[in-house]
Amino acid sequence: MTSGPTTPAILARRVDKSFGEHRVLDQVDLTVAEGTIFSLLGPNGAGKTTMVRILSTLIPADAGEIGVAGHDVQTEAAGVRAAIGVTGQFSAVDNLLTGAENLRLMADLRHLGRDNGRRRVTDLLERFDLADAADKPLSTYSGGMRRRLDLAMTLVGDPRLIFLDEPTSGLDPRSRRTMWQIIGELVADGVTIFLTTQYLDEADRLADRIAVLDNGRIVAEGTPAELKRRIPGGHVELQFADPVALRQAAALLDVALPEDDKLALQVPGDGTLASLRGLLARLDDARVEVEDLSIHAPDLDDVFFAVTGRSTAQPTTEEALAR
Amino acid sequence: MSALAYTVTDSATMLRRNLTHQLRYPSVTLMLVGMPIVFLLLFVYVFGGQLGAGLGAHPHGDRTAYLTYVVPGILIMTVASAALGTALSVAMDMTEGIIDRFRTMAIARGAVLTGHVVGSLIQTIIGLAIVLGVALAIGYRPTAGPLAWLAAVGVLLLFALSLVCLSAALGLAAKSVETASNTPMFLTLLPLLSSGFVPTSTMPGGLRQFAEYQPFTPVTQTVRGLLTGTPTGTHAIAAIAWSVGIAAASYFWAIRLYNRRRAADPK
Repeated sequence: MTSGPTTPAILARRVDKSFGEHRVLDQVDLTVAEGTIFSLLGPNGAGKTTMVRILSTLIPADAGEIGVAGHDVQTEAAGVRAAIGVTGQFSAVDNLLTGAENLRLMADLRHLGRDNGRRRVTDLLERFDLADAADKPLSTYSGGMRRRLDLAMTLVGDPRLIFLDEPTSGLDPRSRRTMWQIIGELVADGVTIFLTTQYLDEADRLADRIAVLDNGRIVAEGTPAELKRRIPGGHVELQFADPVALRQAAALLDVALPEDDKLALQVPGDGTLASLRGLLARLDDARVEVEDLSIHAPDLDDVFFAVTGRSTAQPTTEEALAR
Repeated sequence: MSALAYTVTDSATMLRRNLTHQLRYPSVTLMLVGMPIVFLLLFVYVFGGQLGAGLGAHPHGDRTAYLTYVVPGILIMTVASAALGTALSVAMDMTEGIIDRFRTMAIARGAVLTGHVVGSLIQTIIGLAIVLGVALAIGYRPTAGPLAWLAAVGVLLLFALSLVCLSAALGLAAKSVETASNTPMFLTLLPLLSSGFVPTSTMPGGLRQFAEYQPFTPVTQTVRGLLTGTPTGTHAIAAIAWSVGIAAASYFWAIRLYNRRRAADPK
């Protein structure tokens, strides 16, 4: 395999991986174009981390052809490693060193040279808002700071392809937003990003393409818009003050009455302004009073229900085995 | 840069990392050096008078005679004790996410392990210097000349290298940090079952055979011979052969384990 403008950043064909009797990846195909964000979306235990570990040369696949950054992961692991950066799910920092020492360690291992390395470390500390804590031990860092340092360490060598394995799980909303912003800036620099996540909103917000992984199989793939079109989960919830209004509205809009005692109706729809206007106009014309209204965007649960026929809340066999 | 130059720079980087760990958390080093010092004081001042009497007449008394006899054993024990730290630091590394990061980077093969091994050797040298300082302070007066000293230090360091490599492999083989701190414990017991503290000729049959043929005895006898100016005989050859053999076997075992090992099992 040779590197060139037409070579995708990642090309994986028919990848299989089993741990003992249990098959974790089953004939997985992936293509990630250079300079894009690709998101592998799936619940816990779907096989996302295993895929990242295979693509980043940590563990071998049982079968399949895998090219990363123009190199074969099996036979040219060194070439792959020189081109990639990995921020795993578990923080990959040296807890006995300070933040600055961690970054300097990376600069040394990337052979950046003394001055160049120092400049890079200072830049990254500034950029990731860690300059004040640079010389403090990691025991004083918050979860968000650790995650930022982790990503900064990945960026020291200027990798052209970055793997982010659930970069925001366990982070508070503000740290999540900071992380999203950083990821956005990376792509602006032309970096390719392979992102795994459990959150549809995260994939939707960041990714150019999304593949949905379930029980080791790719069950859906496309742009966020394509994927959402396949999901009938989006709806508008209407709340009524009394059962009479509820029944009137249900008859008018031709939707099923709720099975519980709530005075709420779920009307399928994508929640755009035009469709809302139309919906409210019909209710107004029939003089049905709506007490409250909320829009529900499709979430991962809806994607899963649409493509697998079951909810993410049910543990997969892998999760059940892991317990 | 050539592959060899990368191996050297990457190993140096890893060594710097391990030395920073040691400097920042000196309690581990102090604990590892403390044990042989406690043994030295215990054996010289509590048992030394009695044990020295069995060694035959000495112009400065029984206790001094025993001090001269036991110091080489204590130095070997220092080497064994320092090696315990290697298993611990390697095992701790393996449980941390950072090792996965190293494995996804284009780092020279073996640099991580080399950093640990050389770091532990430096720790051993510091330990030996401290223990020897204490021995001199309580009246140890070896008769060795500079060349004999150099040879003794060489034998000690070669043996240290073999135990550190073995300990690194044990650290890699251990499933947890707790196991890693326990499995190499036998290394600190072996000096007691050798000629380190009492002559093997005073031991009962089976134990005596074990003591005479296990590696700690030829190493102890060689160091003792060099420091007291007595002939080392075939012990020197046995000591070097044991050291090189253990070092080589352990090194390849450790490399194999390192390349195969996954730091954290995927979820």
